[in-house]
Amino acid sequence: MIIAENISKSYQENQALKSVSFNINDGELFGFIGPDGAGKTSLFRIIASLLLPDCGSLKVFDYDVVKQYREIRQITGYMPGRFSLYTDLSVEENLDFFASVFGTTLKENYELIKDIYIQIEPFKDRLAGKLSGGMKQKLALSCALIHRPRILILDEPTTGVDAVSRKEFWELLDGLKARGITIIVSTPYMDEALLCDRVALIQEGNILSVDSPGNIIKNYNKKVYSIGSDNNYRLLTDLRAYPTVLHAFAFGQYLHYTDSNPELNINDLGTYLESRNHSNISLQVIEPGIEDIFIDLMETVKVN
Amino acid sequence: MAELQTRTEPVITVKNMVKKFGGFVANDNLNFEVFKGEIFGFLGANGAGKTTAIKILSGLSIPTSGEIKVAGFDVYTQTELIKRNIGYMSQKFSLYEDLTIKENFRFYAGVYRVPQKEIMPRMMDALAEVGLIKYKDRLISDLPLGWKQKLAFSIATFHNPGIVFLDEPTSGVDPVARRNFWEQIFKTVQKGTTVFVTTHYMDEAEYCNRVSIMDKGKIVALNSPNMLKAAYKVDNMFDLFLKIVR
Repeated sequence: MIIAENISKSYQENQALKSVSFNINDGELFGFIGPDGAGKTSLFRIIASLLLPDCGSLKVFDYDVVKQYREIRQITGYMPGRFSLYTDLSVEENLDFFASVFGTTLKENYELIKDIYIQIEPFKDRLAGKLSGGMKQKLALSCALIHRPRILILDEPTTGVDAVSRKEFWELLDGLKARGITIIVSTPYMDEALLCDRVALIQEGNILSVDSPGNIIKNYNKKVYSIGSDNNYRLLTDLRAYPTVLHAFAFGQYLHYTDSNPELNINDLGTYLESRNHSNISLQVIEPGIEDIFIDLMETVKVN
Repeated sequence: MAELQTRTEPVITVKNMVKKFGGFVANDNLNFEVFKGEIFGFLGANGAGKTTAIKILSGLSIPTSGEIKVAGFDVYTQTELIKRNIGYMSQKFSLYEDLTIKENFRFYAGVYRVPQKEIMPRMMDALAEVGLIKYKDRLISDLPLGWKQKLAFSIATFHNPGIVFLDEPTSGVDPVARRNFWEQIFKTVQKGTTVFVTTHYMDEAEYCNRVSIMDKGKIVALNSPNMLKAAYKVDNMFDLFLKIVR
């Protein structure tokens, strides 16, 4: 179990974390969902004992991150957002190096990393700096796992990664979770939130909400409308000019719209759009996604 | 986001483009056109050959063979003219972190030979459009990523290029900043600029007039998002991408 209480961290006048508290259960796949600059990396470094919090306490399996950092480093695997392996060592040399630092060997732990390592093993003599993005990511994950950690901390492992590789990466995480490893992961991709047991939505150093993705969606009480027409760009401008608009944003093929009036009559909105000369209007209430909710929370924080 | 009403003239013409690195074929006989005022989505898995193609189209790399014109210029002999007539922005290289917003504008304006007298008024217009006038003397390193991306786009289009190349412009930014960025793109194409963009966000692929999907050096699909979804019988671009590339 990881228990964080009132963790704060500042860099000069910039407050990266503002008294953040949360618990993560053993074996949980826990996601921190939020944009660049939200404080995710600072938080992950604190959990990994690599950065000291200004105040608050954080315990990882009963070890204190400040006093018992040695114990914590034995049980955590950390994959930073930026590729941090030795680019002038080969794939295999990197693995051997990280294994030896923890007093183990590649051979001893081959079975644990096999599913991941097997995909880069044909290139084991290649310098890490010469690998493609997807292969670097798999090597970094293998290195983070080589000492059989109980907790895996992954800082934006899928940023800049294509849709297919992202899907495969999450399938690998599911396999690791099945082995009982607690996984803490951050991502700017809202669709990945659905793959976590629980998520914390984080923005500007504050945790906005912590729950299972299902509950976050279930407890959201605003109606989200999906709206399209022949000219979605003009539609966006017109929807933002509607008197009771809350937000209107592009969402792929359609726009998503929320209104400040919970009793909004959908026909009034349709009539308005017709009066603005839109054709082929489609208008329906949809189940909100995590991205809708996140945008709403972000905009609400901004207003307050 | 809206279907192109009529086919305009092509501003990029690619015929049989091949790029080899030794025995490795990074671009394997690519054929496509991009039309004026279009948002053209250039999709593909990591390592499919997108960056190689973009480097050729932006005059930074010479193809092995093929007939390719960008903004009317030849990619073998007129690379300097190509560079002057396009804008380029990538998620990796965008702005000088240790210069202020204003200094970055002045620097790029100089590189692209924007007349001295026009620099300040045009910079103020560009900053007004993104709502950042009062921050013009701030260092880039002090700005949030979402702002940097908006500024990088303003700077990439500052010399009014006919075509702008955007290489994963929205990686890692928050969902609101991502949408604001796309609204900036929509505004720019209204003025007739052509946008050539790569992204890993499949909802953004929907905003393109047409998208191409690359896999292992080849273009394996090219059409409007709606036509592609219909052809492959999928509801969204994410499923389409998985179906084609996996």
